[in-house]
Amino acid sequence: MTALAAIIARDLTLALRQGGGLGPALGFVLAVLVMVPLSVGPDQATLQRLAPGIMWLTLLLSVLLTADRIFSQDLEDGSLEVMKTAGLWLEGVAFAKAAAHWVSVSLPLAIIAPFLGLLLNIDAGRIAVLLLAMVIGSLGLSMLAAIGGAVTAGLRRGGLLATLLILPLYVPTLIFGISATSADLGPSGSLPSLLVLTAVTLMSCVISPWASAAALRTYLK
Amino acid sequence: MQFLANPARFLKIANAAIPFCWAMTLALFAAGLFGAFVTSPADYQQGETVRIMYIHVPAAVMAQFCYALMAVLSAVAIIFRHPLADAGAKAAAPLGAAFCFLALATGSIWGKPMWGTWWEWDARMTSTFILLILYMGYIAIWQAIDDPHKAAPLARIVALVGSLMLPVIKFSVDWWNTLHQPASVLRLDKPAVDTSMLWVLLTMVAAYGFLFLSLHLTATRSEIAARKLRSARLNEIGAR
Repeated sequence: MTALAAIIARDLTLALRQGGGLGPALGFVLAVLVMVPLSVGPDQATLQRLAPGIMWLTLLLSVLLTADRIFSQDLEDGSLEVMKTAGLWLEGVAFAKAAAHWVSVSLPLAIIAPFLGLLLNIDAGRIAVLLLAMVIGSLGLSMLAAIGGAVTAGLRRGGLLATLLILPLYVPTLIFGISATSADLGPSGSLPSLLVLTAVTLMSCVISPWASAAALRTYLK
Repeated sequence: MQFLANPARFLKIANAAIPFCWAMTLALFAAGLFGAFVTSPADYQQGETVRIMYIHVPAAVMAQFCYALMAVLSAVAIIFRHPLADAGAKAAAPLGAAFCFLALATGSIWGKPMWGTWWEWDARMTSTFILLILYMGYIAIWQAIDDPHKAAPLARIVALVGSLMLPVIKFSVDWWNTLHQPASVLRLDKPAVDTSMLWVLLTMVAAYGFLFLSLHLTATRSEIAARKLRSARLNEIGAR
């Protein structure tokens, strides 16, 4: 447990001092936001209808683009090898590193993104529920991104491959994340969607450490 | 299962089985296509276009079967360290992707006269589309890594994670579709398939099954040959 906390603390420190994670990801989100009105036109009603979907899409993509940072650097410089020889439980290491990725990249983006939606004329009443859905969903996104990052950790140009591997797995998160903010809600509001979204996230938390650790082991042989 | 673990024994059986499988494929396709074009009746609502069903439905069935087989073979490779399971899973992926593409293409051609559009984001079409992307990811991981002994364990993980997530994806796409699908889109309720059509359909499914078996055995055989060639070349370099 202390080891896990130490890994998370180490990764957060690295993310904070090294930069390169959240900064470019946020820049990417902003760049996409500029492209949206340019591509579909500045009509306020259209933008309002598209806003939650576009915000989810930029969140997914920016999380994916940082996926290769989760493991590849530590594999390259031998930190993972040291952690393995030190007898650390690799599944735990994988979980800790994915969690650190969530705290350092996905969670800040998930908190900022709904407010950036104001640029797309998002319905202000939906910001709260979008924020909640994104905070829940982003943990699952980081966990699944870690699988892609681990599978492609030792490859030279793994970025595109990781995106191809992980994007289809984001379908459930995207669907239930969107449906929480959708207009035609039933009598029970957005609660059912949020609950299923939580379930999908928890399932990702279970699958991710095992898959990531198994992938890392093949590189650490 | 361990009986087939010996590549030489597997090759012996495969070599004997492949001509038989091809003969079955040809016979079943001949019978099935004859039934599809000649003996089976035109549908009272869809007319002659219903005949697309005989090549569309078996392709969709095989697309799903291939992924299941790939996942099972990957699990077998992990659990029993079966040496041929990886080769079999690798060989199944392009075939599954091809069946997926065939199902989507014929579905699109069928959709034009029936729904009036080449593409409808219908739940089944969407999840078949996602299945195609999963296949492409699996194939890409094999292509990205030269050494098959390094690629295999990663490909297993990709296949198994995909198979775990696939039911969730399928469920969420179905759910999404019922939420978003406007009621105005005219959807023909599928009538229970008449027995005259059912027999032809089953024959076509069997034909596709044997086609898959023939191609899969051949592809696995080539994969074994490719690995032998690779290790022979490496030995040659090592001996120098």
